[in-house]
Amino acid sequence: MGIYPLEVDNLTVAYQKKPVLSSVSFRIPSGKLIGVLGPNGAGKSTMLKAVLGLIPTVGGSVKIFGQSYKESRKKVGYVPQRESVDWDFPTNALDVVMMGRYGHLGWFRRPGAKERRIAMECLAKVGMADFAGRQISQLSGGQQQRVFLARALAQNATLYFMDEPFAGVDATTEKAIISLLHELREQGKTVLVVHHDLSTVKEYFDEVVLLNGKLVAAGSTEETFTTANLQKTYGGRIAMLQDVTNASDRSDEAEVSGESSPRRSKTARRAGKAGKSSMTNAADGVDIPDEAEGADVPLGAVSRT
Amino acid sequence: MMDFWIILTGTLVAATCGILGCFLVLRKMAMVGDAISHSVLPGIAIAFLLGGSRDSVLMLFGAAVLGLITVVLIQLLQRSGLQSDASIGIVFTALFAIGVILISRNAQHIDLDLDCVLFGEIAYVPWDSLIWNGYNLGPVAIWMLGGTFLIVLITIALFYKQFKICAFDPALAAALGIPVALFHYLLMGLVSLSTVASFESVGAILVVGMLIVPAATAYLLTDRLGLMLLYSVIIGAISSTGGYYMAKLFDASIAGSMITVCGILFVLTFLFSPSHGLISRWTKRQQMRGGNLNQVI
Repeated sequence: MGIYPLEVDNLTVAYQKKPVLSSVSFRIPSGKLIGVLGPNGAGKSTMLKAVLGLIPTVGGSVKIFGQSYKESRKKVGYVPQRESVDWDFPTNALDVVMMGRYGHLGWFRRPGAKERRIAMECLAKVGMADFAGRQISQLSGGQQQRVFLARALAQNATLYFMDEPFAGVDATTEKAIISLLHELREQGKTVLVVHHDLSTVKEYFDEVVLLNGKLVAAGSTEETFTTANLQKTYGGRIAMLQDVTNASDRSDEAEVSGESSPRRSKTARRAGKAGKSSMTNAADGVDIPDEAEGADVPLGAVSRT
Repeated sequence: MMDFWIILTGTLVAATCGILGCFLVLRKMAMVGDAISHSVLPGIAIAFLLGGSRDSVLMLFGAAVLGLITVVLIQLLQRSGLQSDASIGIVFTALFAIGVILISRNAQHIDLDLDCVLFGEIAYVPWDSLIWNGYNLGPVAIWMLGGTFLIVLITIALFYKQFKICAFDPALAAALGIPVALFHYLLMGLVSLSTVASFESVGAILVVGMLIVPAATAYLLTDRLGLMLLYSVIIGAISSTGGYYMAKLFDASIAGSMITVCGILFVLTFLFSPSHGLISRWTKRQQMRGGNLNQVI
């Protein structure tokens, strides 16, 4: 194998002297879908931003395909959290996707017919071709997320970083994203996804990185996504976790268990929210289905204790 | 000819500020424009004290430096944990106050009228002509504002995609290798430059109106950034022309009238814009409600 798509070595990040990530080291193999998991405030988004050089690091190094990020920038695609931009910005879907090409254009070239064509193809791949001319504020949350994915596709990268692409999206979009991820993997690309929904981890990801301010574990989902590791990652909320691992162990058996666990993890997430930065707030309220109310009650009690 | 020069001056101010204002409004930094327009005052005063005359180039330089200092200070305070609006308020009032003291302390030595700095006097523009080799090349202000307008236009045209992506998604811009901080300071530098170039004609306070109102009006009229820039220039031009004749009619301050017309245009757009106007949104809602009702029946 030799060169890894991403090697993180002793990465340490601090916000105003408060360490958010301390000495995180791991490397990921090529051609895999990798889930980055951890409770709120565990530093998942922070790690992504540090890897991309968007925030200063205190120490450690990041290598992408054996080079620094600056040298390998064109091989990397990035999907920020959907709430990180102002969707009232006066522009349309096609225009946003074309922004993914800016990195290839250099300082002075303007996006032209070629960029337009690529952007249209990418929109088509996420099933959004009909919405190319649509003002972005007129799109639903799921459609906006797909526009963001199309933009990352337009970057034509070999390594992708996606910050909570599943947050607050509808079932159609979730399916569209997953099939897209599989397509990318088939093309030999590597995708790192910050993810929250523990119940879908076994189904979606080949590898996981468990974070909690520091690295808890990293490796293949089968070996790493265990109750013991999750306990270390999420602390005291064990009841919920056992539930999730059980649910996913019984993987094929049903929608029913798969359906009930995401709510639980989300509830727990809410309960453990104290001191959390604003990063995921907007999504949290949105994606909890109404029917979840009943299931929430006992769990709310558990997480309060 | 007098009318023409004054209207042209107003239009150049409005067009320059309108273009930059669009990016300020979109980046939710409209108040930074306000801050810069005020805090350039000590820069103007110091340049005046050093130069001893109303040497435009030196004043331009002094003010531009102060403009950048303002932006840096605001960012420093923000980064150390202060709220952004509080940082802006502290920095620009403090610098502005220093400017006021500098001017009032040295009032006897220098011929710099505080009223003129604050409110401008566009009516004097045609009298201050640029004389070169005995030829009258037209008002100095036109040359200065025209030059500023060209600089702004060329910079924005050259780096349109960078300014756009930095306004919409700075995180992606940075990940793509676009120097976000450089374009931030470039934009702020252009705002300082325009503010200084404009202050003699419309004054330090009214220039804020030109930075924000045409851009905010254009924002309500279109869903495309390119058109928003164009509309804000057109709205600025209409405001200058309309404002001039309104001032003539009522024998009032020209700059004041220009901003007033601009404000009226904003209110009209706010109410009647076909896409974002209050009335069109209201009727759409009524139609939807009616439609739903019909479906139910």
